[in-house]
Amino acid sequence: MIEIRNLCKTFGHQPVLNNLDLTIKTGETKVMIGRSGVGKSVLLKSIIGLIRPDSGSIKVNGIEVTRISEKEYNKVRMEIGMVFQGGALFDSMTVGENVAFVLNEFMDLDKKTIADRVADSLALVGLKGVENLMPSNLSGGMKKRVSLARVLCMEPQIILYDEPTSEIDPITADAINNLIIELRDKLRVTSIVVTHDMNAAYKVADSIAMFYHGHVIADGTPDEIRNTSHPVVRQFIHGLAQGPITEDENLVFGHVK
Amino acid sequence: MTTISLFHRSGSWIFNFVQYMGELALLFMRTLYWIFVPSYQGGRFLEQAKRIGPGSFLISALVAFFVGMIIALQMAYLMVKLSAEIYIPNVVAVSLTRELAPVLTALIVAGRIGAGITAEIGSMTVTEQVDALRAFATDPVKYLVVPRFLGLILMLPLLTVFADLIGIFGGYIICVLKLSISPAMYLNMVVQSLAIKDIVTGLIKTIFFGIIIALVGCHQGLTVKGGAEGVGRATTVSVVRSFIFIIVTDCIFTTMFYFVFNQ
Ligand SMILES: Nc1ncnc2c1ncn2[C@@H]1O[C@H](COP(=O)(O)OP(=O)(O)O)[C@@H](O)[C@H]1O
Ligand SMILES: [Mg+2]
Repeated sequence: MIEIRNLCKTFGHQPVLNNLDLTIKTGETKVMIGRSGVGKSVLLKSIIGLIRPDSGSIKVNGIEVTRISEKEYNKVRMEIGMVFQGGALFDSMTVGENVAFVLNEFMDLDKKTIADRVADSLALVGLKGVENLMPSNLSGGMKKRVSLARVLCMEPQIILYDEPTSEIDPITADAINNLIIELRDKLRVTSIVVTHDMNAAYKVADSIAMFYHGHVIADGTPDEIRNTSHPVVRQFIHGLAQGPITEDENLVFGHVK
Repeated sequence: MTTISLFHRSGSWIFNFVQYMGELALLFMRTLYWIFVPSYQGGRFLEQAKRIGPGSFLISALVAFFVGMIIALQMAYLMVKLSAEIYIPNVVAVSLTRELAPVLTALIVAGRIGAGITAEIGSMTVTEQVDALRAFATDPVKYLVVPRFLGLILMLPLLTVFADLIGIFGGYIICVLKLSISPAMYLNMVVQSLAIKDIVTGLIKTIFFGIIIALVGCHQGLTVKGGAEGVGRATTVSVVRSFIFIIVTDCIFTTMFYFVFNQ
């Protein structure tokens, strides 16, 4: 269970999170949608403590995390896995070492067990025999999947996905979406999925929250969001260039003359 | 420009400097803390030591060799006039071990290794690898800074000892081949002139230089902003600041040894 109340974060003079409220129930998959630069990654990083918010409250499984020490936070972090937008693989390590990171750092396991768990995690994201490659030899989509395997290997209760299927081909993307659903159904993993792919959003979400001007303007089941009358949400989910969002930003996309 | 804005500018300059020194001090404390807290990063420390030591040996030896020759030649110009060639080995040995070998080795390592540290940690910062470390409950200071810090304060004194020896050998070449001082005489004069304290004061300095290179390099890397261009800028800044800190620290040490210990 993640409860976020009145969360604020300003970078310089730019307010990114502005009195944001959001609740993710245990075992629920929450999809976050919103335009690029609206602060979705900042929100995920605030939950895992990479960015400390200016004010407001975040409770992870009942623990208020906004003011705890880094050491205390590390205990909370052992239950949270984050798939970074760019993968964030350690590029001095092989794929296998990346996936085994948490096992190597925190658990006293023998080589065979580690190798098996690494192979299992990689298999879950549809990769096989890539343990000895270096991250620089992988495509963007493969990096993302290795990054997900690295998170699965630590068996977290909560997974934060930052655009897990961007840069991934449609077939693999669908497999990843199925995996997200399976993790919820079989292991009761709580997830926040940031995505721009509305079909994926309808598919994996228990609920969808739309992010606009630093707070959540709509939060509901996929059906409620699909049939919403909120003009801003409608423009976003239908992907229209004309509408209240672009008018609000005085954006006039160029026309070829 | 008005006086007021000039004042504001110098004010913010001083503020930035104090803030920077504070950040370095904080990084230093955190590094010391993580050195003594298990689990130890033995393997990663050895990996860094291997990268720093053998990699820098050739270039620092080369420089020390030529500097040894240069000192002997410069001194020859002066000493031959005074018929005091016999003291050239003393000058070579003392100036190398106390001053030149430690400082030159530190500057070379700052350029080679310090820049590399900033570039490596900096690119990890901009590609969110440092964030990922923290997300996996791993302190970047423990994981990235400590091994480099220990690697530098181990390898820099070692490199300096080799530089001392090779520089003295450079002086030997000139003295024996050009000034017809006998090999035995050269070695004799070197050994006589060198007190253990000359070597030790030189090596103590290198430990501080190692700390400077590690802290400045890691700090720049961890605070990079703005993509590949930012990494490039941070690398330059890292080398420049290390150079300045090394020279200033050296001056402070030399002054201290001179006035306080009369050496
Ligand atoms: N560490 C940071 N320092 C300053 N500004 C930041 C930082 N992280 C994010 N921002 C700003 O916050 C805004 C939201 O960024 P982000 O959360 O990455 O957007 P997105 O919703 O596309 O993931 C952007 O305008 C970005 O420039
Ligand atoms: Mg983002």
